Amino acid sequence: MSSPVQDLSVLHQRREQRLMLVLALPALLVILLLVVLPVGWLAWQSVYHNGFTLENYRRIWSEDIYWRSFALTFQISLLVTLFALLLGYPIAYAASIAPRRWAIVILALVVLPFWTSVLVRAYAWLALLQRTGVINQLLRQFGVIDEPLPLVHNTFGTVVATLHILLPFMVLPLYATMQQIPRDLMQAGASLGAGPMLTFWRIFLPLSLPGVLAGSTLVFVLALGFYITPELLGGGRTIMISMLVSRNVELYDQWGAASAIGVVLLVAVGAIFFAVSRFIPLDRVLGQK
Amino acid sequence: MTMSRPFRITLVVTCAVVLLYLILPILIIAPMSFSAARFLTFPPPALSLRWYQEYVGNPAWMQSTRVTLTVAVLTVVIATPLGVAAAYAISQSKWRIMRLIHMTLLLPLVVPIIITAVGIFFVFAKVGLAATMTGLVLANVMLGLPYVVISVAAGLQSFDATQEMVARSLGMNRLRSFFVVTLPQIKPSVIAGGIFAFISAMDETIVALFISGGQYQPLTKRMFTALRDEIDPTIAAISTLMTAVSFMLVLIATSRSKTSA
Repeated sequence: MSSPVQDLSVLHQRREQRLMLVLALPALLVILLLVVLPVGWLAWQSVYHNGFTLENYRRIWSEDIYWRSFALTFQISLLVTLFALLLGYPIAYAASIAPRRWAIVILALVVLPFWTSVLVRAYAWLALLQRTGVINQLLRQFGVIDEPLPLVHNTFGTVVATLHILLPFMVLPLYATMQQIPRDLMQAGASLGAGPMLTFWRIFLPLSLPGVLAGSTLVFVLALGFYITPELLGGGRTIMISMLVSRNVELYDQWGAASAIGVVLLVAVGAIFFAVSRFIPLDRVLGQK
Repeated sequence: MTMSRPFRITLVVTCAVVLLYLILPILIIAPMSFSAARFLTFPPPALSLRWYQEYVGNPAWMQSTRVTLTVAVLTVVIATPLGVAAAYAISQSKWRIMRLIHMTLLLPLVVPIIITAVGIFFVFAKVGLAATMTGLVLANVMLGLPYVVISVAAGLQSFDATQEMVARSLGMNRLRSFFVVTLPQIKPSVIAGGIFAFISAMDETIVALFISGGQYQPLTKRMFTALRDEIDPTIAAISTLMTAVSFMLVLIATSRSKTSA
């Protein structure tokens, strides 16, 4: 039996729920109409063309160009993630042990490029790396090389520029995790007779692993979908997945193929996020973005 | 923590090199934009404003600048209220569906942008929004929403919701109590969210590549096309201006949110 007071509060709760729904609705509608609907449409179109068909997926599976592009994309993403970890770990570590003043300077320099447009940075790397670019000119002036090095319009240029854009996404989660590692633990390790190297390997490194996982996931997943840097710095030879999508639409008018590639990419990204979410909460991964 | 001297030196040197790598493009773009040379040489042989004049004197670049600024302003004007309303609803309601809505609102950050771009292109082509200002603004509102939601939701987390209850128990209606009590206190995070949406709209390239055209091409699309053909130093000038604008806005956003803390 419910009392009239309870009924009233249930009624009130319902009204409250409805109001909140109404408030969230406009934003939700924008996302539903401009993300969910278009992506759903792509998925539909990848399997439906005058009837249900898996032809588009069969082609991805069987045609060499697609295979090579997928392999290359995973290879580049892996390479970028690895280098981001190698370069990002010392930076995050230094920021986590440095005095506050220095930590702020280091972090400011890390997020500075964040706020420079991706396009601007692609342009800068073109200017730095091209045949007559700054780096080749300097190397020639100092007599290190006679012929300009092929630094751009290839996979190397793509990796350098992609890494540049994604490095902050590695450093920030790493720093956030390292900062929370209690210093007492290190001191305890040292007091028990472990040297600095041993305390690092046995205590600090394992405790920083959640940050490593979060940063690596973010960098890897973002790299998988990169478009601008491979398009501008790859010189038409480094065809990544996203370029396959755009080429199929713009050059060949192959909507089915483009959709199928997009769906495969989306499933890969979703699967990675899902797998990682079993170890660390997803909002901790995405929070850095 | 004790560290051996060689280890310390290695760490400092590594950091210096990596940080240099991170800021190198910014260090190089600005000087190049003031170069007098026709081709990219560094350091520039002589200084001039030639590339800035080239930019300002070119009607196509100017038209694109107008489009970019209009889109960015309209994006902020639309995305901010929508995002604030949604973030408020999410933070107030303990209803399970709200968590799902919250995650849905962050989707633009998760779905690879190329997929979103192609999907929108397809939908816009069907409904006649391709190559229109409305279409461009709508797409950027979608891309900017997550930033507003994240920023405002964070701001609301440190806000004590009972204050609004008190105002309402004293006779204010809900709307007024929000505007009088809540909004002023979360203002810094609202402004920060709006600024992030502005920067996101100003920098957005991939979706614009697909859905914009004709006279409604933002700067980024024109820059991208120009970069594919040849390296025109005018782009260094535009890049420097764009970077300066984003930095200024970020400074405002971060100094605002600091005073609130």
